[in-house]
Amino acid sequence: MAKVELKINGVQHSYDVEDRTLLVNLIRDHAQLTGTHVGCDTSQCGACTVHMNGVAVKSCTVLAGQADGAEITTIEGMAKNGKLHPVQQAFTECHALQCGFCTPGMIMAVSGFLKDNPKPTDEEIYHGLEGNICRCTGYINIVKAVKQAAKTMSK
Amino acid sequence: MHTFSYVKAKSLKEAGDMLAAHADAKLLAGGMTLIPTMKARLAQPSHLIDIAGIAELSGIDVKNGRLTIGAATRHVEVAKSAVVKKAIPTLAYLASQIGDPQVRNRGTIGGSLANNDPAADYPSAALSLNATIVTNKREIAADDFFQGIFTTALGAGEMIVKIVFPIPAKAAYEKFPHPASGFAMAGSFVSQDGKAVRVAITGAGPGVFRWKDAEAALGKKLAAASVENLNVDATDLNEDMHGTKEYRANLAKVMTKRAVAKLAGTAATSKSSGK
Ligand SMILES: Cc1cc2nc3c(=O)[nH]c(=O)nc-3n(C[C@H](O)[C@H](O)[C@H](O)COP(=O)(O)OP(=O)(O)OC[C@H]3O[C@@H](n4cnc5c(N)ncnc54)[C@H](O)[C@@H]3O)c2cc1C
Ligand code: FES
Ligand code: FES
Repeated sequence: MAKVELKINGVQHSYDVEDRTLLVNLIRDHAQLTGTHVGCDTSQCGACTVHMNGVAVKSCTVLAGQADGAEITTIEGMAKNGKLHPVQQAFTECHALQCGFCTPGMIMAVSGFLKDNPKPTDEEIYHGLEGNICRCTGYINIVKAVKQAAKTMSK
Repeated sequence: MHTFSYVKAKSLKEAGDMLAAHADAKLLAGGMTLIPTMKARLAQPSHLIDIAGIAELSGIDVKNGRLTIGAATRHVEVAKSAVVKKAIPTLAYLASQIGDPQVRNRGTIGGSLANNDPAADYPSAALSLNATIVTNKREIAADDFFQGIFTTALGAGEMIVKIVFPIPAKAAYEKFPHPASGFAMAGSFVSQDGKAVRVAITGAGPGVFRWKDAEAALGKKLAAASVENLNVDATDLNEDMHGTKEYRANLAKVMTKRAVAKLAGTAATSKSSGK
């Protein structure tokens, strides 16, 4: 068993988990934050994306033990004081989701790469979203939302 | 996943001792290959020794015409490093093309070289640039390090500490990425230093290899036309649902021509990232 102490969305947690526990299972099953999804078992879909110490990672491919001492942000931690994060707001307005399964991961990936590249070109948006798969939207409106979010955030 | 014990190593020595103590232990760096492999139950280590936090395995620096990168350096750090961009911009570009952002935020250069996936990007850079792989036991030349599919010269209890790249006059990398994973269907890393040109092909064969006919021709004249009449021998190349041997042989040639065209125009020390 491993003792894992970490902050999730600003709240300190401590869990005793099996060594093989994945970060995504700690988040979903132990912390009961089910906004983070699991869409594959090959580390390819990005539905499980969260921020670990400020950068986007696939939480299905990180052991809970590796996240000991880390600060994690999940989709539940994005809205502040009842106000959606600009990326969430843009996804809503641009109709960037249909079933919504990929959306939490998309939003975490987008908010991750906008930190590095606040004014991405279309090409850079495609490259930045290579780790996330959406089976519904065809990506057109997702790219639109990224541009709109970038605009709002640079204001 | 099967059960295992997870331990964080604090120093190189500690990691080495743990490796020696447990025959079925494995090192864990970024986990971007090992964890998916374990989830698929294709590996069953008794212990995972996390080396990501070991200070001796990190750092990037340039000295005496050589660029040294610590084994636990993540792809994103190489891609963004001002030092790498100045010394060997093509290496920073290569790192920026690995997988996707989330994979680059975790995966490490040491893990990639140790794993030696036949379609991985870094092995082509190490082989073309004639890098030295420094382990906790010895130094290994890239020409001796890569030994075919998922196989390297690393022995039991051996760990990559850092990779030393001689800085070339010019270098360029071109890959045809698999549309889903980003891994190379075929990639060609071409570097030139003085009269020596080295061409390393990844993705096409069961492991990274040097295309020596192209090296000889490009050594005489560094132009895409020099390889026009050459062909990569398709006999031992990979064949799967994504492409035949012949298709991959052709892709390797096309990627080489593109890399040469890029390299003929840009010096390795220019600010161009090779994009
Ligand atoms: C979706 C996806 C897409 C990817 N796309 C690409 C791609 O386009 N191109 C590409 O090149 N790669 C790609 N990868 C692989 C990625 O680059 C991995 O990060 C890399 O291959 C392994 O590095 P790691 O640090 O994650 O190693 P780990 O997974 O931690 O370890 C891999 C192996 O190396 C061993 N090891 C680790 N560090 C050392 C060391 N210092 N000394 C000795 N042995 C060590 C481990 O024991 C293990 O056997 C992809 C991965 C994923 C999940
Ligand atoms: S669940 Fe698909 S990448 Fe994590
Ligand atoms: S909205 Fe359904 S998978 Fe993206």
